[in-house]
Amino acid sequence: MSASEERLRGLLMRGLAGEATAYHAFLKELTAHLRAFLRGRLTRLPDEVEDLVQETLLAIHNQRHTYDATQPLTAWVHAIARYKLIDALRRRGAREALNDPLNDELEIFAASDIEPDDARRDLGRLLEQLPIRQRLPIVHMKLEGLSVTETARLLGMSESAVKVGVHRGLKALAAMIGRNDENR
Amino acid sequence: MKTDDLIAMLAQGEVAVPADTRKRRYAIALSTSALVTALLMVMTLGVRPDIATAAQLPMFWAKLAFTLALAISAFWVIERLARPGVKLGWTPMAVFGAVAMVWVMAAIALFNAQAGDRASLIFGQTWIACPAAIATLSVPAFIAVFWALRGLAPTRLRLSGAAAGLLAGGVGAAVYSFHCYEMAAPFLATWYVLGIAIPAMIGAALGPRFLRW
Repeated sequence: MSASEERLRGLLMRGLAGEATAYHAFLKELTAHLRAFLRGRLTRLPDEVEDLVQETLLAIHNQRHTYDATQPLTAWVHAIARYKLIDALRRRGAREALNDPLNDELEIFAASDIEPDDARRDLGRLLEQLPIRQRLPIVHMKLEGLSVTETARLLGMSESAVKVGVHRGLKALAAMIGRNDENR
Repeated sequence: MKTDDLIAMLAQGEVAVPADTRKRRYAIALSTSALVTALLMVMTLGVRPDIATAAQLPMFWAKLAFTLALAISAFWVIERLARPGVKLGWTPMAVFGAVAMVWVMAAIALFNAQAGDRASLIFGQTWIACPAAIATLSVPAFIAVFWALRGLAPTRLRLSGAAAGLLAGGVGAAVYSFHCYEMAAPFLATWYVLGIAIPAMIGAALGPRFLRW
């Protein structure tokens, strides 16, 4: 088991238990690996790399409850990155743009790249299109950093409605990415 | 939005996930749909009137065991498909094993029967109604399992749809077996298998469209 695997796994497990700083460190380090992985495989679509990094990050966040502690983290991350990569290429009708086979799951943590390009798709703008019961909880809790209780009081919503709004909103955001790209 | 801002947004506030999220989702989907299916069967088809005597025959239980074995093995497959990067391992063999078992039982029954009796062992009295009834009774579980999968992360959509249909078919057939009075293995091996295969095929067709995330 590689050192990255072990460290990232530890961070994710602490994150899943509710430790936001560990989760932040996990996403940060994971992003560099995802970027290197995707950059190596999208050499003909270099402008799309950062978009796909963001899309994969959002997917990993939204599906984080499907990670099983007994499973290698590499296999889980690789399967999600691969799924998102193939899905994105299919949407562009450009499967041949993939210039590397995708079967080696150990490769996902092999390289790291901390130099982002600019994302072409603005997730902030997509966020503005979400329905209000999803958008406002995300804005107050996830962007301004208010607590669940504060957000609930501010919006006159119940605490569970606020949490559901954040959860559904981030899933809707992921779904909007797919539709948005299809129409472009 | 810059990637660093996205990371900050995702990691802000409550990030915890209860450890039993997946389990709860399956439990809700399967218990609700099994209950709805049972009600649907009782209100439309009805439980066979001789259920008390039938329950003393081994074939009644063999039928139930076969349909539940298919449902359970399909669940094992789904449970793995729904988690990215988990290999299927031996689980598909359990599905084929259940079908192979009932086919072997059917072959033995046909082999031992008189030539003139074989057709009635296969067709019974209700072969026309059986597959459609099982497929219809699988609808609640079909919807429920698709719902459960939509909250998880299957990466092989067609296969996941098929497995979801198979599980739903198994649930529908298990419930149907309380109505159906056919007791011959060749009947089971033909019409039950067909009835369960219908939702599985529909699931394979709908998976790529409805299970995307």
